[in-house]
Amino acid sequence: MKKVIVLISLGILGFYLIDIFLGIGFGVPHFTNGVKDLYLSNSKDTLKVSNVVTAIVVNFRGFDTLGEVTVLFLASTALGGILYKKRHHVGERSVLFPASQVVMSGAKLLFPSIVLLGAYVFIHGHLSPGGGFQGGTIIATGFLLMLLTYRNYSVSHNRLVYFESLAGILFVSIGLVGYFSKGSFLENVLPVGNMNELFSGGVIGIIYIAVGFKVAAELTGIIYTVLHEKD
Amino acid sequence: MEKYLNILNIAIYGSAVLLMLIGLYGALTKKSLIKIVLGLSILDSGVHLLMIAIGYLKDGTAPIFSPGNEDKMNIMVDPIPQALVLTAIVIGFGVTAVALSLVIRLYRHHNTLRIDEIKKLKW
Repeated sequence: MKKVIVLISLGILGFYLIDIFLGIGFGVPHFTNGVKDLYLSNSKDTLKVSNVVTAIVVNFRGFDTLGEVTVLFLASTALGGILYKKRHHVGERSVLFPASQVVMSGAKLLFPSIVLLGAYVFIHGHLSPGGGFQGGTIIATGFLLMLLTYRNYSVSHNRLVYFESLAGILFVSIGLVGYFSKGSFLENVLPVGNMNELFSGGVIGIIYIAVGFKVAAELTGIIYTVLHEKD
Repeated sequence: MEKYLNILNIAIYGSAVLLMLIGLYGALTKKSLIKIVLGLSILDSGVHLLMIAIGYLKDGTAPIFSPGNEDKMNIMVDPIPQALVLTAIVIGFGVTAVALSLVIRLYRHHNTLRIDEIKKLKW
């Protein structure tokens, strides 16, 4: 009975959603057209950033990104708080089966290149697809590989907190420097350089590097907390 | 009437809306807490797909001024939904992580994952 009610109401909802979006149409210029042109031309002419999504995320809507990073921080803190009781010590974590010699050597070989790839992705976030969130996630997958392979591999929690706080403080202080010298939060204070070069876009590169470190530290902390859960 | 006959539109928006409906159905009717969280995650994916699809422009390119693409500003797709989806993915990840940790706590307390066996949590 419950399923029938749910199916009927979902059918009505789905029909009207399809109706609305077919009315908008696919691949046609639409309601954000003026805003889009403004963002594209500003990103090209005044900021000299080639990846427009990065320009929007870090500069035009940089305050949103600060909130987003705060939400991620809050999630990792909440996870640590909710799962606080009963923690395994390093080395006595329960694993289904121990990793074989091939996996151990392969993980040791792959780990530095995974971290390097992550660093590349967040350093070049304003030139090519990618950025702080993606690069940070790639680095966290490297730590996940190491934690899954070696059962006594440990990440220093103090060091994670240190990196995370430093990156957050860097983000906020760049914003405050922009506020006190140019009059608005996260305003660009550095020279913008030339398009499609590494040193372009002013503060965007620095902010994305800070975001990359912060995301990598938070995700590694989340993985570490969940893996060392006692059941 | 001809808007219902465009196969491409129906395929794109239909799949996105279908994902949303599947997620909502799972979250509303399933009994297992893990499946409810999975349903919310699928709902998230559907919304992301929908937003990206709205920003598409016919024959458009990615909104990146890479060398050789500097003058293609008028055929670039809308970058605003993409930036919003980047935010939404991160928020969705945080929500899923916290929800799963709450599920772990509930399992530890009640020794079951079925919500109809947990008292005071009946539909």
